Amino acid sequence: MDGAAIGSWIMSQPLLIQILMPVGAVVLLYLGRATVHSLFDAIFLGLYRSLRIASASVAIGEKQLQVRNRAVLLEQGRDQAEREIEREFRRVHHIVDQDLSGYPKLQRTIMEQISSIEEDYKLSESVPPPGPDWIQAIEAVAKLTKKTNGETIGGRVLEEIHKASQKHHAEILEAYREQVRERHHRLDNIKTYWRKLTNTVDEVGTVIQSLLDRTRDIDKRMVTYEEIVAGSDKAERSLRSSSITQFLISFIVVSIAVGGAFINFHLIALPMSETVSGAGRIAGMAVSDFAGMFVILLEATFGLMLMESLRITRLFPAIAALDSKTLSRMVWIFFIFLLAFAFVEAALAFMRDQIAADNASLRQSLSGVAAADEENTINSWIPMAGQMIMGFILPFALAFVAIPFESLLQSGRTVIGHLLGILLRALSTLLRMLAVISRQLGRVLKNIYDLLVTPLLWPERLIANFRGTKSGTYKYAQAD
Amino acid sequence: MNRILSTIVISLCLALSACEDTKNYNTAVYLLLDTSGTYTKELRKAQLIIKFMLSTLKAGDSFAVARIDSGSFSEKDIIAKATFDARPSTSNRQKRDFAAAVDKFIRGVKSSRYTDISGGLLQGREYLNETKAGSKYILIYSDLKEELPAGYKRDFDIPLDGYTVLALNVTKLRSDNIDPVEYLQRVESWEQKVTEGGGKWYIVNDIEKDGALDLANY
Repeated sequence: MDGAAIGSWIMSQPLLIQILMPVGAVVLLYLGRATVHSLFDAIFLGLYRSLRIASASVAIGEKQLQVRNRAVLLEQGRDQAEREIEREFRRVHHIVDQDLSGYPKLQRTIMEQISSIEEDYKLSESVPPPGPDWIQAIEAVAKLTKKTNGETIGGRVLEEIHKASQKHHAEILEAYREQVRERHHRLDNIKTYWRKLTNTVDEVGTVIQSLLDRTRDIDKRMVTYEEIVAGSDKAERSLRSSSITQFLISFIVVSIAVGGAFINFHLIALPMSETVSGAGRIAGMAVSDFAGMFVILLEATFGLMLMESLRITRLFPAIAALDSKTLSRMVWIFFIFLLAFAFVEAALAFMRDQIAADNASLRQSLSGVAAADEENTINSWIPMAGQMIMGFILPFALAFVAIPFESLLQSGRTVIGHLLGILLRALSTLLRMLAVISRQLGRVLKNIYDLLVTPLLWPERLIANFRGTKSGTYKYAQAD
Repeated sequence: MNRILSTIVISLCLALSACEDTKNYNTAVYLLLDTSGTYTKELRKAQLIIKFMLSTLKAGDSFAVARIDSGSFSEKDIIAKATFDARPSTSNRQKRDFAAAVDKFIRGVKSSRYTDISGGLLQGREYLNETKAGSKYILIYSDLKEELPAGYKRDFDIPLDGYTVLALNVTKLRSDNIDPVEYLQRVESWEQKVTEGGGKWYIVNDIEKDGALDLANY
């Protein structure tokens, strides 16, 4: 029987075909086992290595980012600390310059007050009363007068002397009392000078105390500054938490400002369509809406420039470097621009009211409804006035957005950098996990393949083990 | 440095000009009013539709109202037309004038002997084409019973690709009550005519229902 006949006989035996086909497949799979295993290794081990390299690269990138984040954070913290210390020194300089510069004058005032007190005190020294001899003489005369009973010439003379003495005594006493009154009056005047002196000394004390407080504050800030310059972990943690807090607060304030800008936009969108007529669109937005948004952004920009010129914010170093005279001019220019826009917005708000009334009148005429009784409606000037006031104030309110915006930008760098670091770390971990999974997947597929060729693999392993037992080594490795 | 700055500025300007949206967002509506026979009594209800359209159409939209009479393929059948200005004050004035013109027409309308709906449809297509609006609607306020004068040829396809045709208030005639199949066949033939021309077809009989006249729904 030739091959063709054998072939055609086999084809006519379906049961035989059903047995031969799987056997043939197993044989073919067994023969190609090494090649397929190599293929699986190439694919999955290659994937494993690539993912591990990617994971390592991302981890390196994350570390570099953390280093950069730390450097930026410390730099920002240092800058902020320097500004605060500079501000404190400026305040101290202001106190010393204004309050303590008049110290010589103050000293002269104190010396004058002390001199006045001394003079008054000297003048208030008491005048001694008349000597005791004179008094004894008067007493003796009085006794003699009583003994003669006033009957002899000598007695009458003595009585006259007694009367004169008493009169003189009264006069002396009066003079003494007058002097005591004068002395008390002078002592009373001293009280005023004491009070003035006390106040002056208290003022100096307050100034000195505030100076002491400031110096204590400066000391604390210097300690913080030194920690930042040294790059300590404590400084970094403190700066990071402060930065996150600043970011959240700034974000909330800027969000509120965005809400304000949104309201502002709706206030001027309708009248802008009357002013900037045009049916065209830019990026799907009507030109008038675009113009309204542009006006608001322009107001925010002018506000930002105004804050920069006033040195409240420092977003543009070029502006901060300008001299005071130029900055002063810029302040006036931007303020005038803002004021002009405020008036423009108030006018637009007025126009909005007119347009809204016209629209309402049109709707009423189209619907056939009669105009509402004016007595029963809300006074139309109240909402109009409210809109005009709001239109006037909002540009100025938007101007102050520059302050939280600066804070948001500065703290945002730190927060976003930190979040990016976390993201990179997570990515690195994910890539490592994928690497492990791909390697394990390769192993699983190899085992499944071996499972399919088990009928031929098992005897091979038996033979290998038998030979290995004989020679003491294993020639074929176990399935891994 | 200056070159770099000027390159950046010019690129930004080009990018901004490229952002200009060339897509047309405007809507154009052409309303056909059937003035034949007893249907003239329904025109008061049509005023509500016209006023609703006037209140909903925005700046840049176009609106035209034309009558269906014995020969409707003519600009003379247009009662009022307007493309609403971008300025609200001008647009409101246009709408008031439009409403007044329609009111005047309806007060003095005389019913026509024949009904040339196809001619009106074709005229509407011509008008809407010129507006170059992004959304084009033809509203047919009629019982859809076409009766052409002798010699008028209207047995051709009307290309309506990109158009939406709404049949409003398709009242049933006495003959429809006797044989409803007439009504169904009439409506079906119009639907076939419009859809074969590439247009979309809708029937709105209850115009007082919420959203019935909101063109965005179609």
